[in-house]
Amino acid sequence: MATTATAHQTKWWSGGKSPFNLEYGKLMMWYFLMSDAFTFGAFLISYGSIRFSQNFWPDPNVVFNAFPGAGHQNLPLAFVSVMTFILIISSVTMVLAVHAGHKGDRAGVIKWLAWTIVGGLAFLGCQAWEWHHLITGEHAVLLDGQIQMVGQTTTVNPWGELAEPAVVTDALKNSSPQILAQIVHDQDHSHTWKELAGMSKDQLLGMINSAELHVRKTGPVAFGGYFYGITGFHGFHVFSGVIINIVMLIMAQKGVFDRRGHYLMIEKTGLYWHFVDLVWVFVFLCFYLI
Amino acid sequence: MQHPAFEEVSYHHHTDDAEFKKRVRKTTILLSVITVIELGIGLAIYTIHKGENPSELLVLMFKGMVCILSLAKAYYIVSVFMHLGDEIRNMIMTIVVPLLLFIWFIAAFIIDGNSYKNLRNRYDKHFQESTTPKGHHKAAEEKPAEPAKSEKQ
Repeated sequence: MATTATAHQTKWWSGGKSPFNLEYGKLMMWYFLMSDAFTFGAFLISYGSIRFSQNFWPDPNVVFNAFPGAGHQNLPLAFVSVMTFILIISSVTMVLAVHAGHKGDRAGVIKWLAWTIVGGLAFLGCQAWEWHHLITGEHAVLLDGQIQMVGQTTTVNPWGELAEPAVVTDALKNSSPQILAQIVHDQDHSHTWKELAGMSKDQLLGMINSAELHVRKTGPVAFGGYFYGITGFHGFHVFSGVIINIVMLIMAQKGVFDRRGHYLMIEKTGLYWHFVDLVWVFVFLCFYLI
Repeated sequence: MQHPAFEEVSYHHHTDDAEFKKRVRKTTILLSVITVIELGIGLAIYTIHKGENPSELLVLMFKGMVCILSLAKAYYIVSVFMHLGDEIRNMIMTIVVPLLLFIWFIAAFIIDGNSYKNLRNRYDKHFQESTTPKGHHKAAEEKPAEPAKSEKQ
């Protein structure tokens, strides 16, 4: 299937033919993707550099352990594996769309492109849920000598080390009644918010089961910026890929490629889409696995 | 088979339908299997961290394995899905050779980060004391109702 003997004998640089045996657009797409690989690479390497400069870094299995509809269950890696498989499958449907284009099969191109778009949108939906969950999630964190409820943002990281029980006991006394009420409510749903709001601070303190209370210190701040920055940049690539695929779908539908006589545009979008999948392999590696 | 649009593209690959389908199916299965293995290793690292005496060396080995598996995945995506493996040698080299820059790029910046940490730990004792984990294995003992934990007791 690959290059045969005849191809090696060809004098590629003697003129009159493309020395890379590719048309201009596809070659330039390859070079764009190469430069984009360096952009992503620079981001990920900078993340690695910061991570290596820290004594402590949050364990991804502690950070990413939620699944839609599973409440507070501890399911490390489950949701991100769903996202990974969505992207692999959409990559396969894109290969099939490109192959249909090779054969000039318009119906095939439309069918497989449509599935690729569905996959891309599903991935974006998953990412939106994940971001929303991380930003709005409230975790009891030791901050300025008191317990505060914070989510993962670019300015605070709630995934530090577990705080010592003695420190937590002191911090509880300094915390606001609203926070205490929230902790009690998280541990024991038998009281309504109204009841809790009417209780004194001492009452609330007495109701907190400190053995079950896991308070963390704040972790490295850079974590949030890198996570949202890099997964956001990747998500932006997925988004633009979906838009490009939609444009290609419309063009295929209108018969533009049939009139041109070739489906090379589908090959170029295919390259871009596979690159998005390729980058995810490394984002997945750097943020979720190691 | 003449190229429909560009005469300059002179050499054409023959894509047999059955062979193509076989190849795509094989690659899909391969990518899925590698991903499942990666997830398994991820969970293994999680379990090691949760254990009494987490072995740093074992964790490092597992992390190295995931890195190699990811590179394998990248190879299959680029070579089969993006058809780079089917292009002529000239073309493959102009893409792959510049990417070798990553070897220096990764090594240099990670070593730099590590050296910064070492210097800071030596000269900034407050940084060292306030950020060094005291009991790393405690970090994962978060959820009370873990089946693994009840087995231990």
